[in-house]
Amino acid sequence: MNNPQLSADGELQHLLTLEGLPAEIIGRILDTAVPFVSIAEREVKKVPLLRGKTVFNLFFENSTRTRTTFEIAAKRLSADVINLNIGVSSATKGETLLDTIDNLVAMNADMFIVRHGESGAPHLIAQHLWATQRQHIHVINAGDGRHGHPTQGLLDLFTIRHYKHDFRELTIAIVGDVLHSRVARSLIHGLTTLGTPEVRVIGPQTLLPTAVESLGVHVFHDMRDGLAGCDVVVMLRLQSERMKGALLPSAGEFFKHYGLTVEKLRLAKPDAIVMHPGPMNRGVEIDSAVADGTHSVILPQVTFGIAVRMAVMSILAGSR
Amino acid sequence: MRIEIRGGRLIDPKHGIDRPASVYVAAGKVAAIGDAPSGWHADRVLDATRLVVCPGLIDSSARLREPGFEYKATLESEVAAAIAGGVTSLACPPDTDPPLDEPGLVEMLKHRARSLNQAHVYPIGALTVGLKGEIITEMGELTEAGCIAFSHADAALANTQVLLRALQYAATFGYKVWLRPQDVHLARGGVAHDGEVATRLGLPAIPSFAETIALDAIFELVRATGVQVHLARISSHDGVARVRAAKKAGLPVTCDVAVHHVHLCDVDIGWFNAHCHLVPPLRGTRDRAALRTGLSDGTVDLICSDHTPVDDDAKQLPFAEAEPGATALELLLPLTLKWAREEKLPLTTALARITSDPARVLGLDAGHLAAGADADVCVFDPELHWRVEPDALRSQGKNTPFLGFELPGKVRFTLVGGQLVHES
Amino acid sequence: MTGAPLPDAELALGRLADKMRGAVAFDAKLVGIYSGGAWLAERLADMLDGEHPVGYIDVSFYRDDYAQKGLRAKLAATSIPFEVTGSRIVLIDDVLYTGRSVRAAINELFDYGRPESIELAVLIDRGGRELPIEATYVGARLAVARDVSVVLQRHLDGRLELSLEPSGSAGGE
Repeated sequence: MNNPQLSADGELQHLLTLEGLPAEIIGRILDTAVPFVSIAEREVKKVPLLRGKTVFNLFFENSTRTRTTFEIAAKRLSADVINLNIGVSSATKGETLLDTIDNLVAMNADMFIVRHGESGAPHLIAQHLWATQRQHIHVINAGDGRHGHPTQGLLDLFTIRHYKHDFRELTIAIVGDVLHSRVARSLIHGLTTLGTPEVRVIGPQTLLPTAVESLGVHVFHDMRDGLAGCDVVVMLRLQSERMKGALLPSAGEFFKHYGLTVEKLRLAKPDAIVMHPGPMNRGVEIDSAVADGTHSVILPQVTFGIAVRMAVMSILAGSR
Repeated sequence: MRIEIRGGRLIDPKHGIDRPASVYVAAGKVAAIGDAPSGWHADRVLDATRLVVCPGLIDSSARLREPGFEYKATLESEVAAAIAGGVTSLACPPDTDPPLDEPGLVEMLKHRARSLNQAHVYPIGALTVGLKGEIITEMGELTEAGCIAFSHADAALANTQVLLRALQYAATFGYKVWLRPQDVHLARGGVAHDGEVATRLGLPAIPSFAETIALDAIFELVRATGVQVHLARISSHDGVARVRAAKKAGLPVTCDVAVHHVHLCDVDIGWFNAHCHLVPPLRGTRDRAALRTGLSDGTVDLICSDHTPVDDDAKQLPFAEAEPGATALELLLPLTLKWAREEKLPLTTALARITSDPARVLGLDAGHLAAGADADVCVFDPELHWRVEPDALRSQGKNTPFLGFELPGKVRFTLVGGQLVHES
Repeated sequence: MTGAPLPDAELALGRLADKMRGAVAFDAKLVGIYSGGAWLAERLADMLDGEHPVGYIDVSFYRDDYAQKGLRAKLAATSIPFEVTGSRIVLIDDVLYTGRSVRAAINELFDYGRPESIELAVLIDRGGRELPIEATYVGARLAVARDVSVVLQRHLDGRLELSLEPSGSAGGE
């Protein structure tokens, strides 16, 4: 089955998922992000690469954080950015997802950044653009259902590479609600592609997907066992609606078994780094002492996130 | 009109016949097989050289979308699709809008079908009013209006108390009940089989035990009530095993599989192909293998198309939001032939699953071609491959996972009640 | 077809340094365009008298052929370790050809601040300008056909060498 995000020549046409994305392309994105990090430290934080291009932030699910970082990234590339918060209202008005896309294409869209509550929405859009001969328009998946959040995965990889250098020597744990997490899935694909020998998922059975080992991870239900010897600990956000009821009895009980505290972190390597995609629920998945402590690289993740998104956009916009 | 179907290969699974023989049709019946009756002259001769002549196919589940969903398809288009696919009798599930829970609706549907004078349509009535799962329907009245069985289609029937009463009532009068084995709560929100593929694609999933838990409950109720139950759309390895055990224990159950599940599994979803969004979901390779074995050894009694035409707008959506179902009346024969070839099964066995076996389960005197039988005949070219394209389908639904595939088996003539209703 | 034999890079560098010595401002800052200009900037900082801070510039984000060719695979990070505003800068490149790289470098420098002045020093001027850009200091001139690239290499021991290659390889603009 051909990969819909690559052109026939193997060039990146869209960024839909980290599954099946060759290591060379991931490496190129990370390498391209490096100079963009220093651009952020200049007075004039812009480069003219996407001047004259129109980027639409198409968010069917609310997210001020992610939308803002994409907006900043696109503007730093000198693109024109238009934010569309579609939410549920447009769907009830009867306009389908693809009708919305067609309308925006007619307004000379060059790039769509799409966040949607259902897995596969960006794939559908990319497929539609290909079927209607608009190969020059690029799609970036900003999060689709539980399936993927490839730019988050890439910025997590960038962060790990920045602090730890060689993936092939690392033990990395991902903790929390993996079942519902697109962040976890993308990161797992990226880590396994780059040769990480030991990727662990830690969580209760209710929050781990069926056959998760097939993604190339080791499962731990005991957090202390899972953290032993880790170089990187990635804490996932626990959404409030999961905290009570059938999946978990309470936030308190979750924190007791799966929250990251200073004491539990000592089981990891002394120079381990702690990551979190944000926004954090302090006292639920992570203790404030850890979040604000010396192991935490949560704030640098945000800075790297803008640079990585600039890299993705400039590689896509420059492809033929 | 006297029709002679000359020089074809006659396959009549019920009577175990697979030999060259001509078929003579007169006054709506099969007049003779092999040698012409005395004094025979034909008004029309159909040249069946190198073609297979078999009983008209019987499809035990095809949605015609009337009443209520005419923007998706109409009786005209779907019955035309049926006969183009060699299907001369079909049973339609009760999930129309409104559901088939009133005699008037059933009579109207039968009347509409009769006036088209093409395929025979056998409605399956709703088991509960409005398919809401609360109040049982007037099964006596519905049977008189023409319902051949009662089912709950894909609507939820979670209240086991209601289900028990409905089965007891049906058993009292000898009505057959069709049930889809899927636990309502375990299946809620799920759109794909709970396994590696759904995990990777991040799709809400339905575990296999949603089917087996429901089967166990159904078998208990069958034991308690003695009702005849047909299990619609078995999908899992463990489900097939349960049915095999139940039959061995002597329970009056039959079961079917949708033709898609004979060929496809969850991996075929690929990058979220909404044409593979089906109910029940496409499961794993092990499940598909078990369904095939079950079909070969008779645990699974028959193959149906589960024909469900869906308009383009409802399919061009992210996978979970897309309406489930596939168009399949015209693919029932080709996909059955493909299965037979892959498993190296004799055509008599394969065709039995779409002729004599459905006739038996539906309780129809059809699906065979002995002298005196109704002349519902399908004549097809087993070697002609054709490409599945939207233009090649008569159905209004173009939603099939087999778009672009080349499949074997092209229907050349279809006769219903001795009349030539389709030729190509 | 060359109009003259290919100059020796080290000799040309020597002549360039001679021209710059005494001519560039005492507080001039050297900014080399990757990668040939960067090597030259390092060498010139040693060869010229006085203290001349060195910066490096990668023009990939400012090129005018992004729409046709996309982003180059290998990027280096621009690094300007001094205040651009008010500085007298000497931009250094290996080969001056169409002038487009220099245009990109100037645009990029202006995104760092407002320089007092910019001069241009190049090892080789091969003519063929497509923009109104001229070098202040030139090591050697060369006439080369359009389908040929002039490439500067640096050997492991630091020695610089010029060569000609068919066009398509990265060979100055």
